[in-house]
Amino acid sequence: MKDIAEIRADFPILNRKVYDKSLVYFDNGATTQKPRSVIDALNEVYTTYNANIHRGVHFLSDMSSEAYENAREKVRSFINAGKKEEVIFTSGTTGSINGIAFSFGERYIKPGDEIIISHLEHHANIVPWQMMCERKGAVLRVIPINDAGEIIFEEYLRILSSKTRLVSVTQTSNSLGTIVPVSEIIDAAHANNIPVLIDGAQGIQHDVTDVKAMDCDFYVFSGHKIYGPTGVGILYGKEKWLSDLPPFQGGGDMVNKVTFEKTTYNELPFKFEAGTMNYPGAIGLAAAIDYVMSIGLGNIAKRERKLLNCLTERLTGIEGLKIYGSSGRKISTISFLLEGIHQYDAGMILDKMGIAVRTGTHCAQPVMDYYGIDGTIRASLCFYNTIEEINSLASGIEKVKSMFA
Amino acid sequence: MINMTINETQESIIDEFSLFDDWMDKYNLLIDLGKDLPVIDPKFKVKDFLIEGCQSKVWLHPDFNGNTITFTADSDAIITRGIVALLIKVLSDRTPEEIISTDLYFIEKIGLRQNLSPTRSNGLLSMVRQMKLYAMAYDAIKK
Repeated sequence: MKDIAEIRADFPILNRKVYDKSLVYFDNGATTQKPRSVIDALNEVYTTYNANIHRGVHFLSDMSSEAYENAREKVRSFINAGKKEEVIFTSGTTGSINGIAFSFGERYIKPGDEIIISHLEHHANIVPWQMMCERKGAVLRVIPINDAGEIIFEEYLRILSSKTRLVSVTQTSNSLGTIVPVSEIIDAAHANNIPVLIDGAQGIQHDVTDVKAMDCDFYVFSGHKIYGPTGVGILYGKEKWLSDLPPFQGGGDMVNKVTFEKTTYNELPFKFEAGTMNYPGAIGLAAAIDYVMSIGLGNIAKRERKLLNCLTERLTGIEGLKIYGSSGRKISTISFLLEGIHQYDAGMILDKMGIAVRTGTHCAQPVMDYYGIDGTIRASLCFYNTIEEINSLASGIEKVKSMFA
Repeated sequence: MINMTINETQESIIDEFSLFDDWMDKYNLLIDLGKDLPVIDPKFKVKDFLIEGCQSKVWLHPDFNGNTITFTADSDAIITRGIVALLIKVLSDRTPEEIISTDLYFIEKIGLRQNLSPTRSNGLLSMVRQMKLYAMAYDAIKK
């Protein structure tokens, strides 16, 4: 494996200064930085073979289409999906969930049916289901959490019923970092013939993901959170579902035959890819996958666990600092508050020291409501972060404390 | 202070901040200003007077005596409260006409423009809008 200096050299932005201070980028949960190879791949598309995909008879269009379909195959093998047809490009996690919520609702949901999510969800895995439930007269059920920020599994088993049509849960909590036992959730749902969608927005970049082993029915994630470009994401679905579901968008390329009387749809995966897709994004995502595979997801997971342990230890040692989410299984994300200091104040001072953290509700207001707080400071680390940067955060926090004392 | 025009007040704030080159010193000044902000009557710290931002909350209460508007305000974040204090200094105890026609250039000049950007969502931009809306409403009543 590359050493940390070599890894950091792959990410040009990590070298920059902000306010004349070395950048400490601890906002990877919001978006990750891009390695040179991803930036180069995007550059290469636009400088050497940019053309719309699946449409031209010309050289560039063939080249572009081929690169796009190679990207699909790259994603397929990365998540170990059975077929390329099961991998749909979307605009991101939000786009994927909205799409499935719409199509699944249209196809299967009747008044009184129930959808299960958890209390840990990002708004992107709450609101689309609420919209669908409202449209279809269905009911949204929520798996509660405990003080450690873990879902209460027995409660999940209790609300799982013959009325449940779909379970949609996150792989890890974006606000607290908790790793959710998705395999157990899927097994219990499947025992009742209920399909499960896994929101992998905060999971895919932290460890090996194998949709076949997990046996989820749908898996979604965003390119920009796994060191790829923004504006591209993935919707994986088992073929049996994707074949049966109606498209969520109409337009070019997703059709077979269009007349004003009736339109027949193209086959998978094109049925779900209406209009001009973000093919440079898809090609950039493939470059990002190549990059993380060159490091190895197992190595990434190991390194991030080390960073998590170090960060937890350093933060626990700071007086007046309270960590939210104390599960024994977490990604390298920690939410915390400083006694008597508003998270926004702390975030602004840390920013001036070159430390990028996120403050606020992290698009997970129900989690904040659970703890009765307005928000937290969130440090979300990834494998390119360092122990020195954790030390910078710790001394930054001491500085914040002294300013607001 | 009370006899200064709006622009004189803005200039005096710019002078005060120009003494500090360092960001930390500027923020320390804001923290002090926030601490000195006259306390808002707790009965006004309710939903009707709340301007909710994603990052911090601001409460703003207007009191019109037929000639000038006196604003009292508060925030749950101290740095936000410091900027609230500056806005009160500039815009409180002014006539509606003065408030409506004011160009708030001091924010930019003291390097706090980001704090009034819509993307920050800290309630400050909405606070300025709300102050102007109150002024317009009282101006209409006066006429």
